[in-house]
Amino acid sequence: MIARRRRLFWVVGILAGVGLASALALRAFQQNVSYYFDPSKIAAGQVKPGESFRLGGLVEKGSLVRTPGTLEVHFVVTDLRHSVPVVYSQVLPDLFREGSGVIAHGHLDAHGTFVADEVLAKHDENYVPPPVARSLQQAAVVAPAHH
Amino acid sequence: MFVELGHYALILAMLLAAAQAIFGLAGPALARERWMAAAPSAACGQFVFTALAVGVLIHAFISNDFSVRYVADNSNSALPLFYRVTALWGAHEGSILLWIFVLSAWTMAVVARLRHLPTEFGARVLGVLGVLSFGFLLFTLATSSPFARLFPTPADGASLNPLLQDPAFAVHPPVLYTGYVGFSVSFAFACAAMIEGRRDQLWARWMRPWTVMAWAFLACGIALGSWWAYYELGWGGYWSWDPVENVSFMPWLVGTALLHSLIVTEKRGLFKSWTLLLALAAFSLSLLGTFIVRAGLLISVHSFAADPTRGIFILAFLVIVVGGALLLYALRAPRMQSNAGFDLISRESFLLFNNILLVIAAAVVLAGTLAPDIAGALHLGTLSVGAPYFAPSFMVPVLPLLALLAVGIHARWKRGGLSHARRVILTTLVCALVIGLPLSLAVYGHPMPLAPVGAVLGAWIVLSSLVDPIDRIRRRLTLSASLVGMTVAHVGLGIFVLGITFVSSNSIERDVAMKPGQVAMVGDYAFRYEGVRDVTGPNFTAVRGTVTVTRHGQLVTVLHPEKRRFYVQDTEQTTAAIAPGLHRDLLASLGDDVGGGAWSLRLQYRPLIRLVWIGGVIMALGGMLAVFGRRQRGPATVPDAVPIAVARRTPA
Repeated sequence: MIARRRRLFWVVGILAGVGLASALALRAFQQNVSYYFDPSKIAAGQVKPGESFRLGGLVEKGSLVRTPGTLEVHFVVTDLRHSVPVVYSQVLPDLFREGSGVIAHGHLDAHGTFVADEVLAKHDENYVPPPVARSLQQAAVVAPAHH
Repeated sequence: MFVELGHYALILAMLLAAAQAIFGLAGPALARERWMAAAPSAACGQFVFTALAVGVLIHAFISNDFSVRYVADNSNSALPLFYRVTALWGAHEGSILLWIFVLSAWTMAVVARLRHLPTEFGARVLGVLGVLSFGFLLFTLATSSPFARLFPTPADGASLNPLLQDPAFAVHPPVLYTGYVGFSVSFAFACAAMIEGRRDQLWARWMRPWTVMAWAFLACGIALGSWWAYYELGWGGYWSWDPVENVSFMPWLVGTALLHSLIVTEKRGLFKSWTLLLALAAFSLSLLGTFIVRAGLLISVHSFAADPTRGIFILAFLVIVVGGALLLYALRAPRMQSNAGFDLISRESFLLFNNILLVIAAAVVLAGTLAPDIAGALHLGTLSVGAPYFAPSFMVPVLPLLALLAVGIHARWKRGGLSHARRVILTTLVCALVIGLPLSLAVYGHPMPLAPVGAVLGAWIVLSSLVDPIDRIRRRLTLSASLVGMTVAHVGLGIFVLGITFVSSNSIERDVAMKPGQVAMVGDYAFRYEGVRDVTGPNFTAVRGTVTVTRHGQLVTVLHPEKRRFYVQDTEQTTAAIAPGLHRDLLASLGDDVGGGAWSLRLQYRPLIRLVWIGGVIMALGGMLAVFGRRQRGPATVPDAVPIAVARRTPA
């Protein structure tokens, strides 16, 4: 009898612990996962103002503008159908280049400018992040139908 | 022609692996002694031919044979000789070959220790290892042979990624793989024990040193990888919860749970089926990790188009190995239960909590690592999971784990309560508070909320681990190798916790645009930017900056961060300048020319970051001490601990 009660105690204790841990993890998950959007989805109004998310696409050629002597930099991210202006005021990563793929984390301000707090441009120069590649593929498929 | 020799060697190795698997598994089943005796010979042959294949590929790299596609893709005649050799594991095909080589080296280590195992059991272990090796060799030969030729032969190769041209990269993958692959030995022991349906717990004693070795290598490999990322990626990051990092961390967490659970199984005969399950899980996660990192499993889950055969092969292999082992577990593990009891407050239950919390921690990491791909496959949108999820979620199981360690280390086997240790626990806790609180509140100051908790826990673990050995030394008792190893490993963990607490709570990082002569303050340190000039390296040109660091007017160091441009790949790479120190690192990295005579710079102050890697290496050292300090045991069926204990009791 005592053995059975002890076992019950263990089972209930472990279940409670695991339940608590997964509840906390799920909460952290919901609060800290950021979704990915491309410029077309932003143009379609899928993003609420102020919401943090990841923006991906290509850095439009000729769009990079620096404010001389400061860290502030402006560029345009495009998926070849729509584009979003971006402002960033930290050091840009090594592989950041006009015409290359980029992923930025941040939010939209009231004027529709994406205020980035993190910019990623990873791996070699041929590398386009998989979600960006998918956006570009979709754009390439959809674009002819529009014109 | 020479390179084809490597290909033939791999084919022969695969046939020998098949022989090793068949003789090793069928021999004991059909009671054929000569078959069982053939399994080690097949393993030796497989090792020879795998080594030959590796040698041939190294020769191709050294002699710049760009008619081999893998060499042409990953090497270049301008590359220094040392990096031409390490380029072997610079990409997928060579990494898998290294994996196979490490697996056959572990198999050889098992063969060398075979006389310590019963014949049938040893043959079965070799049989299971043969199955794994066969699968990997088939995978290499069918989908990713490093010996494929390239026509027409290019004049020169594409060279190795500049980030990988680094001494740490020469060591990191082999050490990491030795850890990953080492869990295949634990896996093979678990499978052999289940095939035999053993009711005793000897298999746990046999499995333990192998598991500890693999775990120690994995810890070293992860620490090396973190150190490499820190100074080579140019921006001072040492851990970013990247999927590639996570997949090496998960088997380590489960491996840690396994080696604690093995102690309970060996000493008390408890948790048998749980230990078996952990052994299967540790290796399955290693396998998953290898394929995620090296074969892009995660990407190929939803776009097989990249290389359909490779992705499907991997999935099939995972299903066969993991599914087969789990089936065996479902059939055999229930028979291997034991019913010994233990009190709520005993060493057993503390180790049980250790296991539960470590597995929860691994599950937290696994969930975050796979979530983006699961969401992608189910069309729930593209999401990304990073440090904001991992860091707090990981703390939830790990903080109680650390506190329970500091208490539970004093608990006795089977029964007891903790009343005998109440004074020790309170004394160590008070000492830890006296050390930890001033350190985090006054010395470093402005901590994050969890920093005092981390500082106290780290100090508490170090102090608690030292109590038992010091007590034994004072009473002039002998210290067993496993106690020394455990103490060293736990002290390492405490040091690691202290390091990670302060580096994550008190680091300062500033991005600034500076003109020559301007000064930026980073904590107490004044970084004065002096300017940049052009320099030339062996295979790159660079812009080199000069930053003078002073503290309270006294010169601390002069930093030379570089921005390198490599000729062959035409890529840019930031090389941070690091002034290392035991109590703090200072870093400067060069960004871009931002116009107006100014450059962008990232300046960092990282306190106690060295303790993170030192702690990790000390943990690994503890594992090694426990294994190599062990008394050489005779044939394991006779419990030889008894005569030694008797011998000791006789007065000297």
